[in-house]
Amino acid sequence: MTETLSHSTGPRAAGGSLRRLLQDPFFVIGAAGLSVLLLLTLLAPWIAPFSPDEGDLFSIEAPPGDGHLLGTDEIGRDVFSRLLYGGQVSVLIGLSAVAVQLVIGISLGAIAGYFGGLADAIVMRLTEIVMCFPFYAIAITLAAIFGASVWNVILIIGILHWTGLARLVRGEFLSLRERDFVRAARSIGVSRTRIIFRHLLRNASGPILVYATLAVANGILAEAALSFLGLGVRQPQASWGNMLSAAQSMRVLSYQWWLWIPPGAAIVLMVLSINFLGEAFQRVLNRRPAAPVADLVSRRGWRARLPVTKGSENG
Amino acid sequence: MPELTPLMCVKDLDIRFAGSSSSAVRGISFTVGRGEIVALVGESGSGKSATALALTGLLPGDAQVGGEARFDGTPLLPGNAAQRNAFRGRRVGMVFQDPAAALDPVFTIGWQLDETLRRHHPALDRKGRRDRAISLLEAVGIPEPADRLRRFPNQMSGGQLQRVVIALALAGEPDLLIADEPTTALDVTVQQGLLDLLWRLNRDRGMAILLITHDMGVVADLAQRVLVMRHGVIVETGDVREIFQAPRAAYTRALLAALPGRAGSATAQADISAPVLTVDGLRIAYSSGFGRRNEVVHGVSFDIHAGEFVGLVGESGSGKSTIGSCLLGLIASTAGRITFDGKDLGRRAPGDVAALRPQIGAVFQNPMGSLNPRLTIAESIAEPLRTHRRLDALALRRKVDRLIGNVQLPKGWRDRLPAELSGGQRQRVAIARALALDPLLLISDEPTSALDVSVQAEILDLLRQLQQETRFACLFISHDLAVVRQLCQRVVVLRAGVVVEADRTSRVLDAPQEPYTRNLVASAPLPDPQRQAEKRAVRLGLRREVFA
Repeated sequence: MTETLSHSTGPRAAGGSLRRLLQDPFFVIGAAGLSVLLLLTLLAPWIAPFSPDEGDLFSIEAPPGDGHLLGTDEIGRDVFSRLLYGGQVSVLIGLSAVAVQLVIGISLGAIAGYFGGLADAIVMRLTEIVMCFPFYAIAITLAAIFGASVWNVILIIGILHWTGLARLVRGEFLSLRERDFVRAARSIGVSRTRIIFRHLLRNASGPILVYATLAVANGILAEAALSFLGLGVRQPQASWGNMLSAAQSMRVLSYQWWLWIPPGAAIVLMVLSINFLGEAFQRVLNRRPAAPVADLVSRRGWRARLPVTKGSENG
Repeated sequence: MPELTPLMCVKDLDIRFAGSSSSAVRGISFTVGRGEIVALVGESGSGKSATALALTGLLPGDAQVGGEARFDGTPLLPGNAAQRNAFRGRRVGMVFQDPAAALDPVFTIGWQLDETLRRHHPALDRKGRRDRAISLLEAVGIPEPADRLRRFPNQMSGGQLQRVVIALALAGEPDLLIADEPTTALDVTVQQGLLDLLWRLNRDRGMAILLITHDMGVVADLAQRVLVMRHGVIVETGDVREIFQAPRAAYTRALLAALPGRAGSATAQADISAPVLTVDGLRIAYSSGFGRRNEVVHGVSFDIHAGEFVGLVGESGSGKSTIGSCLLGLIASTAGRITFDGKDLGRRAPGDVAALRPQIGAVFQNPMGSLNPRLTIAESIAEPLRTHRRLDALALRRKVDRLIGNVQLPKGWRDRLPAELSGGQRQRVAIARALALDPLLLISDEPTSALDVSVQAEILDLLRQLQQETRFACLFISHDLAVVRQLCQRVVVLRAGVVVEADRTSRVLDAPQEPYTRNLVASAPLPDPQRQAEKRAVRLGLRREVFA
């Protein structure tokens, strides 16, 4: 008996993964980049030198300098201020769209994965139908019908992007469902909702978190694309996407770089930071097995395949 | 026995895995002689498999390996990969635990043999390689070898596949075969055939074997010399008979004492009153799609009395786990009647079933999977109580603490996660959870087969002790006859979904009536080299003098 108790115990799971995260360069870079961008956008009312909608009639399409850090646009609004406020909208849309995706994707995925059979067939066919539509074609149509606004953009992105999450949750549930602790819970008579939330969803949370992180980046990109086409966030409200739409004019593209490079760079940095975070979560939460066998991947070994001299032949 | 010059010579081998603070193997030295069968035994985590992988250069790339190993005078460690590559397969063959994983499922057996032969014997032409492949399959005892060349791995049984893997290892005509748990994934009757094959290959070809195993029965059966490993160190080396009859190291003695079957057999008396559970003509079928059903249990009947351990034994595919799942309500039966505590547990009486369910507890095989990794052990144990009893927080806490104490874990551990527990400790938690509602019947499906023998002995003791306190009945599903003999008063032997024999343990295991049971009992390797040698002599029709 005493022997069992003196067995060394494994590492503390929760503390370990946080420590591994902090040692991961991807996580550190991603988290640093994201916090800087988020702080800038959240503190916009205090940092921004001008109101985002305030036109300065004395400097229209002015290049950077002279009080306007990143110049002004075609009606004299300060680009830097609009960049900060536009970030708020982009982040809001990214996060809310993912929230919509999580609600739809997890519920449908959970139903399909846990109940299986007919429920699974119906949910998966529905998923496939939604996946059939090319995103931008259907998104543009919907935006044209319902009108461009922040909430419509969130709903459009959320409703068209939940399919990947539903398939992920279904797959996780299908494998977790057969694990012994779930079988034990079922044999005890634990209720279905409790099994789904306490046993299945909690154990699927790692992959879901990774997916959701990357989906935020996708949401921001989708917002930018829709707004660029004029079907997303409407002027005068600023968003990174609709600031970029200025670049539709050849004149702006050629001579007024300050109108399109800053929002473009902001989107790239934001998406990159979030993807770095997602990559770090992926490494820590869904761990891959150890490094490959050195002997089998070494190039030298392949080239120098020595002929074997079979020493003393015996038997 | 002829003079043995060392074939493999290992000195101060030290292995450390990346991210680990201590070495998995700590400076071990040993030799394997020509034509010698050496067993490397130890429990999980002793470093025995890491040793085998290091010798063949198959460790993960980020593991650090120190020390040296020479094979027939040529250095393998430290040595360059090309040199090891030249030896691997050609002079050192390898066989691993899972034959289905060792073979590529999309190529035929013949193609895989051909590929290996082409590498080892570049001079042979297509026809020559085919003849060679057929003779190799013949050598490992596969019937109709020419026909089997066209088969895919999924068309053959586990035992046949392991024979094919051995044939692949033999293709290079190795002087040394490293076999890592070659029979662990197989049924005992199949295991016996494979051990006979290895024994014959050693005798006829003079091939040395480094056998890595945790099973003392397999060691007794095959090994000539034994190395006992623990925590990365060799604690004892000796001739196989010495090890079993006069072990010197305390650890070896403990290991042998923990083997089931050596301690006294089951003692508790069953109540002869009405049975707790009666299963009558139970049939279970799995749906195999498009309305077809595949019946795996064909009319099984047995009963269990209060306070009784009944063993349900059988090989893989016999339907024993399916019956367990059905009794737990996880699978529906297609026909038959299950009466539990005087009430019908069938599908037709749904009202009663909900009330009866808490009276049946369950313990499953895999200690890694049986607990939710995200819940603390107190939460896991509290789950059945929360589901079926209305307890306030304080009463719940007290009850959980008492259960943790009952399975002899420290109370301070209530907030630990399963990842912080060893396999045996997790299984204790699973037992506490199963007994939380004071069930009348416990269904335990291979609760110890994933555990080391010393831990297995502790868990079996715990089960017996708890049973004496609370008098639950237990259906003990197992493939291990030694464990069943030690624990159960009665045994039901199952084969392909049909009961072959059911009676008192002593009668079934000591004087089996059916040929199937007799074969099953005879196949189980005993931890006694002398008896195993005698059994083999009888089986293979050898003359006795060989073993004198």
